[in-house]
Amino acid sequence: MIEVSHLFKSFDGEQVLKDISAVFETGKCNMIIGQSGSGKTVLMKSIIGLHRVDSGKIEYDSRNLPDMRMRDIRRLRREVGMLFQGSALFDSMTVMENVMYPLEMFSSSTRLEMENRAKFCLDRVNLNEHSYHLFPSEISGGMQKRVAIARAIALNPKYLFCDEPNSGLDPKTSLIIDQLIYEITHEFNIKDLNDFVFASELYKQVKKINQ
Amino acid sequence: MNIVKDIGLYSLLMYRVFVKPDRGRMFWKQLPKELEKLGLASLPIVIIISIFIGAIMTIQTKLNTENPLLPTYSTGLVTRDTLLLEFSSTIMCLILAGKVGSNIASEIGTMRITEQIDAIEIMGINSANYLILPKITAFVLMMPFLVIFSMAIGLTGGYLVGAFSDIITTADYLLGIQYAFIPYYVFYSVVKSLVFAFLISSVAAYYGYNAYGGALDVGKASTNAVVNSSILILFFNLLVTNLMLN
Repeated sequence: MIEVSHLFKSFDGEQVLKDISAVFETGKCNMIIGQSGSGKTVLMKSIIGLHRVDSGKIEYDSRNLPDMRMRDIRRLRREVGMLFQGSALFDSMTVMENVMYPLEMFSSSTRLEMENRAKFCLDRVNLNEHSYHLFPSEISGGMQKRVAIARAIALNPKYLFCDEPNSGLDPKTSLIIDQLIYEITHEFNIKDLNDFVFASELYKQVKKINQ
Repeated sequence: MNIVKDIGLYSLLMYRVFVKPDRGRMFWKQLPKELEKLGLASLPIVIIISIFIGAIMTIQTKLNTENPLLPTYSTGLVTRDTLLLEFSSTIMCLILAGKVGSNIASEIGTMRITEQIDAIEIMGINSANYLILPKITAFVLMMPFLVIFSMAIGLTGGYLVGAFSDIITTADYLLGIQYAFIPYYVFYSVVKSLVFAFLISSVAAYYGYNAYGGALDVGKASTNAVVNSSILILFFNLLVTNLMLN
């Protein structure tokens, strides 16, 4: 469970997050909705520790993130997968190398085992072998999102954060991505936190940021 | 105040860069790519500039030393010492600050604004160490080779003037470049270039890593990287020269 309480965050004196409290429960898809510029991404990045908060608690199963040392934050982040708004795939790597990357960094498995795991993840997001050796610039936006999901789940994360996973996608592809995230959340028993501009009926729990 | 802030942020970034890599294997995988990209890929520009500067320096020196009281070897001697002491280290590094510095700053800056650096951080990886350490290591390792190569090519440029024109004889030129040769000048030049290589790569990485916004800001980061590393090269040139030649 992730519990956020009384979170404050400002940039250059401008208050972006003001007294935010929320609980994100295990095995559920949690969603944050709000107007553009209301601070959804800032909240999500603060919860992961990419932004240092001014005050407040962010507890991952009773481990308070703002109190942690950088080394412990890094250890915690290995339990986290994240799907970024723009997919954030590494331009210089192929689809396969992108998914292999977290495995190469942290897995002690053999090369073959890592390749099998990467293939499993890519297969799980319905990407065929033809695309494995293409670069991110050579595939569509929807495919990039799927590769990003595959990379995010490669290390079996406990928490999956999705920053506007449907951004820039057509409605049909958006539904496919929604469905995929929903299925993966239940399949891997992940705590899933989404940041959407538009609400989707898939999401059980809605956290709304008021301006 | 901005200078103090920049020095502080730069020091903090370097503190994060110079730690043991999370995965040594990934560092060794990255290093040859950077050696190729930052070092070998710089060879064509080093060759072109060195050969022309060597030739031009020989012509200009000869024209300015047309005096029967000056020995015939003086043109070669002046060309050699100018190349060894200043051109192949300082001027070449100023040129490479433009090529390599903007390359590093724009690559890392683009990774920053497209959230690729955030993606690395989210995986629990020290992104500064993973991205910047191989670049600094590769460029510092390659720089002495580039400098010595530039010296050799520059001297060859001067020789070609003698070979293909009647401005100077090749015999006079060859005598000049061998006359009163001080090997310490090469050492001094290589030491200077190591300092400059570190400055170029680390300053460019700093501006790229701290870029935010969009494409315009990456361009700005790239420009800042080149301008500031050039200024630092000139300042450290003075410092190292005072330390090593005084």
